[in-house]
Amino acid sequence: MITTAPPVELHDVTVAYHRKPVLWDIDLTVPDSSLVGIVGPNGAGKTTLIKAVMGLVPLTSGKVEIYGQPYQAQRALVGYVPQRESVDWDFPVTVRDVVLMGTYGRLGWFRRPGRAETSRAMQCLEQVGVAGLADRQIRQLSGGQQQRVFLARALAQDAQIYFMDEPFAGVDAATESAIIKLLQTLRGRGKTVLVVHHDLQTVSDYFDHVVLLNLRLVASGPTATTFTTENLHTTYGGRLTILDKAAEAVRLNRPS
Amino acid sequence: MSGLGVTEKVMIGTTLLGCVAGMIGCFAVLRRRALVGDMLAHAALPGLCLAFLITGGRNFAELFLGALAAGVVGVALVTFAARWTRTKEDAAIGIVLSTFFGFGIVLLSIIRRLPMGNKSGLDTFLFGQAASMRNQDLLVLSGVAVLVLGLLTLLYKEFKILCFDPDFAAAQGWPTVWLDLVMMATLAVVTVVGLPAVGVVLMAALIIIPAATAGFWTSRLGPMLLLSGAIGGVASVLGTAVSSGQLGWYGSTDVSPVHASNLPTGPLIVLCGSAMFTISMLLAPDRGVLMRMLSTALMRRSARWEAMLRTLYELDESAQTRPAVVTLPSVINERGWSERMARRWIRYAERRQLVERVPGGVRLTAAGAMEAAQVTRAHRLWELYLLEGANIDLDLTERDTNSIQHLLGPDVVARLEKELREQGRLPAVRAV
Repeated sequence: MITTAPPVELHDVTVAYHRKPVLWDIDLTVPDSSLVGIVGPNGAGKTTLIKAVMGLVPLTSGKVEIYGQPYQAQRALVGYVPQRESVDWDFPVTVRDVVLMGTYGRLGWFRRPGRAETSRAMQCLEQVGVAGLADRQIRQLSGGQQQRVFLARALAQDAQIYFMDEPFAGVDAATESAIIKLLQTLRGRGKTVLVVHHDLQTVSDYFDHVVLLNLRLVASGPTATTFTTENLHTTYGGRLTILDKAAEAVRLNRPS
Repeated sequence: MSGLGVTEKVMIGTTLLGCVAGMIGCFAVLRRRALVGDMLAHAALPGLCLAFLITGGRNFAELFLGALAAGVVGVALVTFAARWTRTKEDAAIGIVLSTFFGFGIVLLSIIRRLPMGNKSGLDTFLFGQAASMRNQDLLVLSGVAVLVLGLLTLLYKEFKILCFDPDFAAAQGWPTVWLDLVMMATLAVVTVVGLPAVGVVLMAALIIIPAATAGFWTSRLGPMLLLSGAIGGVASVLGTAVSSGQLGWYGSTDVSPVHASNLPTGPLIVLCGSAMFTISMLLAPDRGVLMRMLSTALMRRSARWEAMLRTLYELDESAQTRPAVVTLPSVINERGWSERMARRWIRYAERRQLVERVPGGVRLTAAGAMEAAQVTRAHRLWELYLLEGANIDLDLTERDTNSIQHLLGPDVVARLEKELREQGRLPAVRAV
């Protein structure tokens, strides 16, 4: 009997900064080949969740497994698209340089990227539609273009699991639909994609699974059954304006 | 090495130092740790003094270790203060830097009063004394240079990803803490090795200025690194040459750098570097201040000129009889310009023979009508395109009159022209 471990599994994960808990007792299993949306109010710990899985923040307690193994052993299988604000866009690199960084993991110590890596980088740039900007310095890009470059970098990592932190924030409509198409292609190829998402209205359209987070795990599962008014009420507390949007979002997507 | 004269030795030494300091400085500046270099230099002073007091000699190895140790303690204190107290990092650096430096000055005056104090030579560490460079100093500098260059070559991509996106680097599995430590250790070693030549007070300048200058000339890391090293080297050559009287415009015929009346090398190197920085800041194409002002002014001028032509066309278009007589008040009205500006542009159009003076105002000539039509046509096509394109992800860096065909393609342009024609707003332009 062959049991395949799920792509991402969290057991009792707690993360605290200066004794204040940011994530509390998270037990989560992510199914294979899916698009997973992580939603919750600001400060709910969404970014911390994916950073904790990748070992970027220390776990106060609990453990994380990628396909049954600790993250450190499985790094090559994970791709990362961080928030755009986390990067110094004034840095003297071109678009191509940034995407090439996605190949560094496989190169190992001291080796420089060669022709194979460069052609792979160009392929990824074409996939996201900005191949023409390869020699542009990143400062000169628009928000949507920057996001696409980040995605291309993650694609160059050639991973099985992708973590994306608010990839749709502040991008134009064309870029948004290009990104979601790309994510669906990735899922079609058997990859798992976890996306920290801020826009409740698009959750049902984009994701087959949803994780509702507010310091603790409120609910997780298939969007159809998990993305309910009741769960949203619990996640967002008494924030009425968001609740209205959420209720609307749920109502619009529920078969009457 | 014994065949080299003193001047040559000093020149080689300072140039090596300048190149290496420039290169590691490039990473320090990009990693926003440039002030740590300043702190390392200033904190070294008490370390040097204490090492002297403990070991009693001017053995450079021992002094070096003392300086390094003090620097490490300083960095530890800064990290402690920034992480465990409410002190901000730049305040912490300032506090540690000045405290250590003050302590060092006090130690210096104590040493001066000791019986062997006069011969300590520690005073020279304040501003450096490149002239007293010995063979072994040159060897140490060469060794450090080889080491640093080797390190930067080996770890180029690692440092690059560390500086640009440390989170991504860590997620990929790079040991970012260790890489940071290696980078800072390299900075510390270069700083301390440079102290005899340039001194405690100004060493930071040698680290920061070349990198900052290089930033005006390139937007790519590789060229920036090499340029930074080159600028550091050139500043050192020039500074040493001036100080040793080889560019002796201040009249000294004695070219020996150990001559007491010569100007100090360290500060001169820094001044040469600053001069290069200032020139770059003003004159660098694209990023220099003067160039940007010039290009903005040119852009504004060209925009106004096109606006003038469009106004002439529109006033003519909407008039009863064509070609219309355009009056000064109507131009002022249309564009919202001052009278002086309107007059100026009308005169300019006259000079270019695009309008001619008639009773009551000016009138478009045949050439003028054609040019005005072309400019207006391009403007309206762009306007229409931008209005209807909600999904534009095109990079429109040059919305030139002539480039619309090129940028949008003939099909798009044909469609826009058709729409403008239907609106009755397509200027008739003879095909060129």
